[in-house]
Amino acid sequence: MSPPLLEIDDLTVHFPSAAGPVRAVDGLSLSLERGQTLGVVGESGSGKTVTFLAAMRLLERSRPEIHGRILLDGVDVLTLPAREMREIRGPRIGMIFQDPLSALHPLLRVGDQIAETVRAHRDVGRRDAWAQSVAALAQVGIPNADERARQYPHQLSGGMRQRVMIAMALILEPDLLIADAPTTALDTTVEAQILGIIDDLRTRLGIGVVLVSHSLATVADVADTVAVMYAGRAVERGPCQAVFAHPSHPYTWGLLDTVPALGAERSRLVPIPGSPPSLIDPPPGCRFAPRCAYRFDACTRHLPELVERGGGHADACVLPVPGRGARRNRLEPPGEEAAA
Amino acid sequence: MGRYILRRLMWTVVVVIIVTLITFVIFYVLPSGDPALRFAGKEPTAQVLAQVRTDLGLNHSVAVEYLLYLKRLFLGDRYGWPGLGFSYSSGAAIAPQLWQRAQITIQLVLGAAVLWMLIGIPVGVYSALRPRSRFDRASLFVGLVFISTPVFWLGLLMLWLFSSTLGWLQGTGYVAFTTDPVQWAAHMLMPWITLSLAFAAIYARIVRSNMLDTLGEDYIRTARAKGLPERRIVTRHALRASLVPIVTLLAVDIATLVGGTVIVETVFNLQGLGSWVLYGALNQDLPVTLAVTLVATVAVCLLSLVADILYAYMDPRVRPE
Repeated sequence: MSPPLLEIDDLTVHFPSAAGPVRAVDGLSLSLERGQTLGVVGESGSGKTVTFLAAMRLLERSRPEIHGRILLDGVDVLTLPAREMREIRGPRIGMIFQDPLSALHPLLRVGDQIAETVRAHRDVGRRDAWAQSVAALAQVGIPNADERARQYPHQLSGGMRQRVMIAMALILEPDLLIADAPTTALDTTVEAQILGIIDDLRTRLGIGVVLVSHSLATVADVADTVAVMYAGRAVERGPCQAVFAHPSHPYTWGLLDTVPALGAERSRLVPIPGSPPSLIDPPPGCRFAPRCAYRFDACTRHLPELVERGGGHADACVLPVPGRGARRNRLEPPGEEAAA
Repeated sequence: MGRYILRRLMWTVVVVIIVTLITFVIFYVLPSGDPALRFAGKEPTAQVLAQVRTDLGLNHSVAVEYLLYLKRLFLGDRYGWPGLGFSYSSGAAIAPQLWQRAQITIQLVLGAAVLWMLIGIPVGVYSALRPRSRFDRASLFVGLVFISTPVFWLGLLMLWLFSSTLGWLQGTGYVAFTTDPVQWAAHMLMPWITLSLAFAAIYARIVRSNMLDTLGEDYIRTARAKGLPERRIVTRHALRASLVPIVTLLAVDIATLVGGTVIVETVFNLQGLGSWVLYGALNQDLPVTLAVTLVATVAVCLLSLVADILYAYMDPRVRPE
């Protein structure tokens, strides 16, 4: 059996600070198969962005202490020399970011920004690289790509900018696309378009996609598997369908309660009370326990590990909830509308 | 764009009028005595004094004198256009001497500017790439020394070391490039270095902090994420963005120095604008003072216009659509 496209194994990322190490990621394991989409969901500060910046080795300026393994096709990228890592970024992994305006260089034409990516990794001429760049812009649905390529980022709309980022991330046909909250800065209609483009390219190119978001609703339609992160750890993980239909961690319940649903009898959204714990000095036991309505004394004694509950669905919760998963969630599980 | 430049040039005229007015008023209001007395010989009779006043053009009220000055300035006088008059003390026409002195000062200032950019930018970039490194700390320390060293002292020190003691470079004075390029460089080198060191230190710190800010930008992370070589990230992505604000600063600094290189010109005996304006001020030679003030003002206006045009060229966000 070939190894998964991306496998994160017991990853910890600690940043040094005056008050002690900040445990941004603390014992995280995830995996993604080729051609699939992994949705990673969590609040700000849950460690989702840090995880994937670590996978790209883009954290080095903040001098973090990183342990564990991040395997791309079985090769640990954390141990690669810098020169080989540079050949991973671009040709093997493409990445797009939250705010496309600040992620694009304001003084360079977008076409040049894409073309230089090609020229950094392949031996092609200026003209050829430009032509490829225009073709890539057309592929992500930018009309008049020829003309748009000559424009600067500030002359494009938010959706167009994110399309440029996608074109840039995929121009070298990588195996993996990491999309870090790619629609957070965009309108809802544009969000749907961008997610559509990413999903379309995934099918067409057969790449793996990591879709990071702070909203379960964003990943619901496109993810094959979902990981829910809280305070640097995965608290629930499984096939998208199973996680939405039978969410088993109280934090996931809480996240689902913050999503508005049409036709629900309750119109009031329920926020999760409290705020995420300090990552410098996290509470003993389950990180979510202080905010959890269902906690009991066992919760604050040990840190629960992810436990497989069948069908690839795992959660990190010690609650012996009778009828776990039978709880009514307010977001329709994807794919069930058609069945109903 | 043409309209914009035209409007800016018209503003330059307005600024020239205001600045010369202020210079005029300062000259007449300051209790430095009657300039005519200086040139009328010992114990002049009232008749001689009146004659001198008429010769120097001091026989009207301040307002009338100023209007006459503006009229000659814009319409020309017997020495040609622009009418800058003659020096009270030497009686010679201002204009030819002004151009000659301006050439020397411009060579001094531009040469020094090239030098301080050549030192300041690489030092700043290298410090930013390795913040808090030994090089960064050393460049900060050396920079502080240069910034706090008085220019006249630095100039005298250089003369003592390189000219008197080691004999590597020529001492003071000016040799035209067209006369002897080698001698020209040998005479200009020390003034250039003396003038540029403090600026090099300041520019190194500014480039360093701009670079550090830029290196933290999201688009630098993007450049890394697409696997660009570090060298290209530094030069094409980070340095480019860091140098945009430097352009404005450079223009203003060069413009300021056009009328303000008094000390270096004096130490190295260069007959430029700076030493001339000092002479004009000390000798109540109003036309000299006015002429240098005028050149400095025009330099500031024109160079800031050039800076704004360059800025628009470098940053597409401020270009008119």
